[in-house]
Amino acid sequence: MLETKGRPNRLGLWGWLGGGRWGMERYLYTLHRVTGLGLLAYFLLHIVVTSSRAFSQGAWEEAMARVSGEIFEVGEYLVFLAFAFHAVNGIRLLLIELGIGVGQPIEPVYPYRTSVDVQRPLAIGALAVAAVIAILGTLSMWGE
Amino acid sequence: MMKDVTYRIRLFDPNRDSEPHWEAFTIPYAPGMTVLDGLWKVKELHAPGLAWRSSCRMGVCGSCGMLINGKPGLACNTQISELHALTVAVAPLPNFDIIRDLVPDLAPMFGTHQALLPYVIREDVEERENPTAEFWQSAHELEQYLQFSYCIKCGCCMAACPTFATDALYSGPMPLAQAHRYNSDTRDGGFAVRKEVLAGNAGPWRCHYAGECSRVCPKGVDPAKAIQLMKRELVLDLLHLRKQGCPAPVAKKPTEIKRRDGVPDAPARTV
Amino acid sequence: MMKDQKLWTWHLAAGVVIAVFLGLHMLTMHLDALIPIRALNVASEQRAIDWANVVARGRSVFFAVTYVVLLGAALFHGLYGLRNILLELNPAAGLKKLVGAVLLLAGLGLFVFGTWAAVASHTLAKTF
Repeated sequence: MLETKGRPNRLGLWGWLGGGRWGMERYLYTLHRVTGLGLLAYFLLHIVVTSSRAFSQGAWEEAMARVSGEIFEVGEYLVFLAFAFHAVNGIRLLLIELGIGVGQPIEPVYPYRTSVDVQRPLAIGALAVAAVIAILGTLSMWGE
Repeated sequence: MMKDVTYRIRLFDPNRDSEPHWEAFTIPYAPGMTVLDGLWKVKELHAPGLAWRSSCRMGVCGSCGMLINGKPGLACNTQISELHALTVAVAPLPNFDIIRDLVPDLAPMFGTHQALLPYVIREDVEERENPTAEFWQSAHELEQYLQFSYCIKCGCCMAACPTFATDALYSGPMPLAQAHRYNSDTRDGGFAVRKEVLAGNAGPWRCHYAGECSRVCPKGVDPAKAIQLMKRELVLDLLHLRKQGCPAPVAKKPTEIKRRDGVPDAPARTV
Repeated sequence: MMKDQKLWTWHLAAGVVIAVFLGLHMLTMHLDALIPIRALNVASEQRAIDWANVVARGRSVFFAVTYVVLLGAALFHGLYGLRNILLELNPAAGLKKLVGAVLLLAGLGLFVFGTWAAVASHTLAKTF
């Protein structure tokens, strides 16, 4: 990497969050990161809380009592929504990042049909499946 | 039909300004005007000191990449009418340092490009340097990299990449797509050498398929596709499943072919 | 430092493991009202987090083993993902090393703790 003497003009974090005429996959990229961070935060807490089962029934029930209540229920619900999106979109990314669903190299003829257009049905399908899982979860958690 | 068009241009003169600033100029509009034509008009009528890079005016040289209404593109390749706006906002390509006004410093990108060895690497150096015939390659093999070889190194993909927006150490879409262009060329045997860089932190692992590079590429090179195909090759390589053919051999001399009558001989070689 | 070529391939593999086992976990825990799978909540028809169900699952070797596999895969997948996000913010070289070391230690620590909990609760459940 060569050194330059110009004025820095990097978009920085704004480049992750938007800041231009971006497409759908850009927002899925950001959402995948945000949901991933949320899931990780929950997961680390979850390991500690559920490990109380190793001590006794009392410890388990106390831990469960501590994480019950409206706030935790809403939090858990958000975690479930994040899971639904992250899991299904993750499968899409797994396929794409192994070169599946992006198409073969082609002669570019204007108007160009890029790999982003080729995989678009996958992206829409992933969102639809995530929505179905989210609805099932909503019915299951709030349906009573 | 619109009569005038307003250009908002992000100006920066390192000898005068501490920060870039926007200035607006109104110029007469004529049908068929490109963003680059408008810049020339602004220079002619209002701002003789305005600086940008351009050369061929036909989307071939890759000089006039800039941020046009929030999207990286070639100024010569973008019609004002296709922007569907009365104002054209023009800024230098982001993620590159600004040298002046609309001139980005592309040198770091070319440095990375060079570091990924964008040329055919073969063990038979003598044949490569003093060829006796062409290397044999089928039409199908050609198709595997032809799309990626249309890159004009304008830097639009680098300006659109969200990862490159924060991570200056990431190789970026252009150099990676070009590395894949040579990796997937059957005449090339340099995969192992390029892997030294590609397997590391600056390699394609920083790409999470936001897809912006392919969306903005003015030549349809589709760097995002190249990067995903490259990742597959690298994963297969890790699992020892990658097919590593010998680099394409020198094509055999045609035999039993008789020249048709009346076809003149080729002129003598000049070099 | 291990190359990203290897770490990232593991990241994908871990993702697949998580998709399978966390899918099962979510079926047990959240979709139990909608899709009741008796084999997963054996002891009680009440909620999945009731102690009787916890004991029943704890007694099963299948649950203990898959728990540890899921724990390891999810910790690696999550912490490697976090490391990627942090490193892509391009911090100073020293800070990069620190991030790597802290995440590695945190991951190992939580894995040991979680594995202990799985084994201990399996032992405890067998006494009921």
